[in-house]
Amino acid sequence: MLEIRNLHAKINDAEILRGINLTVKPGEIHAIMGPNGSGKSTLSKVLSGHPSYEVTEGEVLYFGKNLLEMEPDERAREGVFLAFQYPIEIPGVSNASFLRTAYNQVRKHNGEEELDPLEFDDLLQEKIQIVEMDKAFIDRSVNEGFSGGEKKRNEILQMAILDPKLAILDETDSGLDIDALRIVSNGVNKLHSDTNAFILVTHYQRLLNYIQPDYVHVLVNGRIVKSGTKELALELEERGYDWIRDEIEAAGAAAGAGA
Amino acid sequence: MSAIAASLATQEYKYGFTTDIESDVAPRGLTEDTIRLISEKKGEPEFMLEFRLKAFRQWLKMVEPTWPNVTYPAIDYQDIIYYSAPKPKKKLNSLDEVDPELLDTFAKLGIPLNEQKMLANVAVDAIFDSVSVATTYREKLLEHGVIFCSFSEAVKDHPELIKKYLGTVVPVGDNYFAALNSAVFSDGSFVYIPKGVKSPMDLSSYFRINNSESGQFERTLIICEEGASVSYLEGCTAPKFDKNQLHAAVVELIALDNAEIKYSTVQNWYAGDEEGRGGIYNFVTKRGKCQGKNSKISWTQVETGSAITWKYPSCVLIGDNSVGEFYSVALTNHRQQADTGTKMIHVGKNTKSTIVSKGISAGKSNNSYRGLVKVMPGAENARSYTQCDSMLIGQDCGANTFPYIEVSNNSSKIEHEATTSKISEEQIFYFMQRGIPQEDAISMIINGFCKEVIRELPMEFAVEAQRLLGLKLENSVG
Repeated sequence: MLEIRNLHAKINDAEILRGINLTVKPGEIHAIMGPNGSGKSTLSKVLSGHPSYEVTEGEVLYFGKNLLEMEPDERAREGVFLAFQYPIEIPGVSNASFLRTAYNQVRKHNGEEELDPLEFDDLLQEKIQIVEMDKAFIDRSVNEGFSGGEKKRNEILQMAILDPKLAILDETDSGLDIDALRIVSNGVNKLHSDTNAFILVTHYQRLLNYIQPDYVHVLVNGRIVKSGTKELALELEERGYDWIRDEIEAAGAAAGAGA
Repeated sequence: MSAIAASLATQEYKYGFTTDIESDVAPRGLTEDTIRLISEKKGEPEFMLEFRLKAFRQWLKMVEPTWPNVTYPAIDYQDIIYYSAPKPKKKLNSLDEVDPELLDTFAKLGIPLNEQKMLANVAVDAIFDSVSVATTYREKLLEHGVIFCSFSEAVKDHPELIKKYLGTVVPVGDNYFAALNSAVFSDGSFVYIPKGVKSPMDLSSYFRINNSESGQFERTLIICEEGASVSYLEGCTAPKFDKNQLHAAVVELIALDNAEIKYSTVQNWYAGDEEGRGGIYNFVTKRGKCQGKNSKISWTQVETGSAITWKYPSCVLIGDNSVGEFYSVALTNHRQQADTGTKMIHVGKNTKSTIVSKGISAGKSNNSYRGLVKVMPGAENARSYTQCDSMLIGQDCGANTFPYIEVSNNSSKIEHEATTSKISEEQIFYFMQRGIPQEDAISMIINGFCKEVIRELPMEFAVEAQRLLGLKLENSVG
């Protein structure tokens, strides 16, 4: 469903992504790991269309369509979902009306009838159980005054409602205590199916104790330098990222010597 | 921010048309003769001429206020036309005989005046330039003893009420623009609700400026006798002209024992273009007197138009246990300037006031809240709460808050809260990432910001206000 080819992107003239290649098929879970500043969050933002980032080279196909030509809201309606690392507070807009507006935009896009507030409430009551959230959160302003863990659970609730085809979770595990981590992971596992795919951007291996990835990729300096399975994540946990850097340098030196 | 700021380009002002109609116009400029002419044209009794001349003589001695946080070129008061009335083709016996041009104009503005199409349950006084052209549902209201008519008719038919109340809330020399209005006002609306009567329908005035050279100076007087209540709505539009027009109105409200007046305004005067050419100078004095005990006056305003707004709907809380409220949304875009707020004067015991002000600035506009809470020595146990929030959209606009609190009684409780926020690019991106288009996102954020005020408006008005706030800020620019 997703094909990233030689993707380069920059922000404020600083090149962050320097040639990403990645293919994601329905039903797959990909974990993207890497040290701070390697470009993990940038990749999430570029895929979802954040206006601050500029793509300078490469292409991204999403179900065969050029994803980069689509506006962020269009991508969302086509099923691309980003769970934010730092979810945004929207004072004065209730969680319920925000969710319903978003949900109905997707329905409308798919040629389906929009739900009225009562019908939508039924759906909401069902989905809210996935993230074990108190119903009172529904009537509060979006993320306003929520704790870090509550904000992340709210992201997963939104994901459950919008039922995306491609969900990108940007460090959703960061700052979560063990209970919240379990709830968030359970949510992802419940939503995962043969027809959707997940990209988990994470700094730590511990999320992968709860969610089994099919592939693990290591991102360093804006490139995927190593791909593997769950075992790669365990190795990273044990040895850190330095050995990968060393490997790249060695390879680079060898290439230089050969030339 | 650039994407949002760029998307706030001009939303076409859809009320900018002019009506081609023959008008009866006074010569340009202002002298005692102009005032005598206006009074004569209206066939006024002597006491009205006296009132006007007294105001004019005071005005001559006054200077235009310079304290508002707004700037504009000096106004040449001798270059304004002080009286402009559409010429009636013949004497009118009923609404059906109103000039079709005028009926069309108001129909285009969404205010049908034909008997068959009138707004259900809202009586309308339609004011075109300086004069009232039609008032709907008058007979039905009279059955309940409610008087709703143009100010000119009230002067003719109910001089005793006019004499008793006119200028008692806003004295002729109150301020520069009120004095000017008192001297030259040509028409307006008059409402009288007798003792114990709850007005069977909402009353409303719709103001339309048409002449490019004339000022609009109307006067509204609402009197609620003991135990009476009324909800009054006011809407305003004007054509697009490159020149500025002066609108200096005075509104006086009087609530006796246990009476309640709710006054709602949606102001959408032409605001000028993106570069600040044209637009209305909206210099208005609105004040209500809670004369009786347990009386209540509530102002709700949604101010979206005018090049400059200078307006402080206020309450003087004289009766014990009386209540004053002020709910306001002031939105400025492009080069608009607004200096608006309220005054709550606590005189009686256990008086209570609530102020909720929401200022939204976009473009290169400047938006100031200015408010006074004053507790007089005799106002035992007065309470006042102020919440004053500003929202900024883009980098080039300004928001200011000037709260004044003067307390002369130790038993009072005064609270003041203020916040400033911005619509950030990150917020917009968050909405869009959930599939919500940018325009809807801005509209939802703005309406969320204003909802405490919007919910105070009567239903139809609330819908209109929400739509208007959205329109003023939205644009389809991607």
